[in-house]
Amino acid sequence: MDLSPLWISLATSVTATAITFVVGLAAAVWRERYTSPAMALVDGIFLLPLVLPPTVVGFLLLLLFGRNGPLGKLLLQFGATIVFSWPATVIAAAVVAFPLMYLTSRAALEQVEPALLQAARTLGASEWRVFREIALPLAWPGVLAGTILSFARALGEFGATLMIAGNIPGKTETIPIAIYFAVEADETQRALSWCAVDVVISLALLSGLYYWTRAQGLGRARRMAR
Amino acid sequence: MALDVQIEKELPDFQLNVSFCASEAPLSILGASGAGKTMLLQCIAGLQRPGRGRVALNGRILFDSEQGIRLPARQRRIGMVFQNYALFPHHTVAENIAFGLNGLSREQRAARLSALIARTHLEGLTGRYPQVLSGGEQQRTALARALAIDPEALLLDEPLSALDTHLRSQVEGQLQEAFAAYRRPTLLVTHNIEEAYRLGEQLLVLSRGRVTAFGPKEEVFRRPPTREVAQLTGCKNFSRARMNADGSVEALDWNCRLRVEQTISKPPAFLGIRAHHIHFLESKPEGASSENVLPCWLVRASETPFRITLYLSLRPSLAETSAYDLQAEVFKEKWQRFRDLPHPWHVRLSPDSLFLMPE
Repeated sequence: MDLSPLWISLATSVTATAITFVVGLAAAVWRERYTSPAMALVDGIFLLPLVLPPTVVGFLLLLLFGRNGPLGKLLLQFGATIVFSWPATVIAAAVVAFPLMYLTSRAALEQVEPALLQAARTLGASEWRVFREIALPLAWPGVLAGTILSFARALGEFGATLMIAGNIPGKTETIPIAIYFAVEADETQRALSWCAVDVVISLALLSGLYYWTRAQGLGRARRMAR
Repeated sequence: MALDVQIEKELPDFQLNVSFCASEAPLSILGASGAGKTMLLQCIAGLQRPGRGRVALNGRILFDSEQGIRLPARQRRIGMVFQNYALFPHHTVAENIAFGLNGLSREQRAARLSALIARTHLEGLTGRYPQVLSGGEQQRTALARALAIDPEALLLDEPLSALDTHLRSQVEGQLQEAFAAYRRPTLLVTHNIEEAYRLGEQLLVLSRGRVTAFGPKEEVFRRPPTREVAQLTGCKNFSRARMNADGSVEALDWNCRLRVEQTISKPPAFLGIRAHHIHFLESKPEGASSENVLPCWLVRASETPFRITLYLSLRPSLAETSAYDLQAEVFKEKWQRFRDLPHPWHVRLSPDSLFLMPE
């Protein structure tokens, strides 16, 4: 069996999650600073990928990154085409995962008591240090949850990926796409194997995280009781 | 050493409009909740933006709306102790205190840290997390953390309100000690009169965003400038007042004529006396010594372990109802000496205890 969909899926999900982690968290921090009513529109735009069908997201991305799209043209000047290449799978996965990272980490950051941030500021800390040493550690459980959700969403991404990256074996064929085309080609055995692989990855990921957070929680409880 | 403050800020219900200057003598800012006390501290610390005004610390301009200067909080070097201390829950006591010591060399950091820990008696607790500390220990950690940046001014927001009553006097003593050692502009916000009096040397009374009294605490308590300040500083007895041609004062609600030592520039609208300044006589006075002496009837009494509060009526007919004119407070030993005397009793409102208020 050709294992390339496994490696492509993992590489895509890890890369997309890394991008979403940074961009989603930055968007959450940026958004938290403003309270104007116009921000509701910004929120709406940020959440669109969660609400729209993945095919719509994929189609919009195709328009954006296509040969005649604004970003596609720009990239073409540097000799790069995104559509139907591996980076396209990453873009599709990152875009659909973004709202989950944004929403969850924003909720977590809002829970941090403002007085703690203010205290840090009076103690001479820069905004970056306030974020790095106070806001982020205190919001960490929520930020971590957002990261897990994003990874899960990226791993399961199908519709948008198919639209913008297509199904090129060994290049853009991720596990969900491999399953779809296996079923379509009546290769039930192959489809089932990939389903099994997906279940194993998901279970391993979730239980690993469960034990890790539990260990962290216990460590913290032990430290605090000292 | 001086902190010059002049701040205007629109708040939802009223305008905060405050100006004062604080030297190294601790200044208590007294006000009811919602008077704008916390907002004032936050404006000084750079955590809130005033609408207009100027804040200068030892000649250094921290905020000036006209010159467009607005130093961020991190550059103001103002130590702040927050209402619930705002200790970082994921940092130990030592890490909390050392947070502001960033930028020093490792040796300097360690030396400053141990000096701060010794100064606030936190030895042995440095590895603990804030959640397991007592209220007093949390307060000391917050104070040490604020002092770590070697602040040019220290602001404390209700430093004792988070504590149980039995801890307060102890922590109050520690704060007094800390203030005595600090001797730089220190502002302390509170809604508790006794706390304000014990911890501050100067007293500023804030009411709906405005300064209604400011000066040495003894002065403010002895001669409150307005009825509102008198009430806020715990005065219980007021009467409408009118100046007589002969210089005496007509107490309209008490229906009597009194001599008052104090003179004020504006015509008095009210006259007041504190409950513990009402003096009970054990025999009816004669001649000149009967000045400012009024007959009175007991309406009801309320006891505390060592003192008793007596509600007095100045007219016998009122004794049937619960209405009273004066509220007096005396030690029980004193009360034992006149409690069995026949009514009416006689009280003296001494001319130097009475004070006049123009509004």
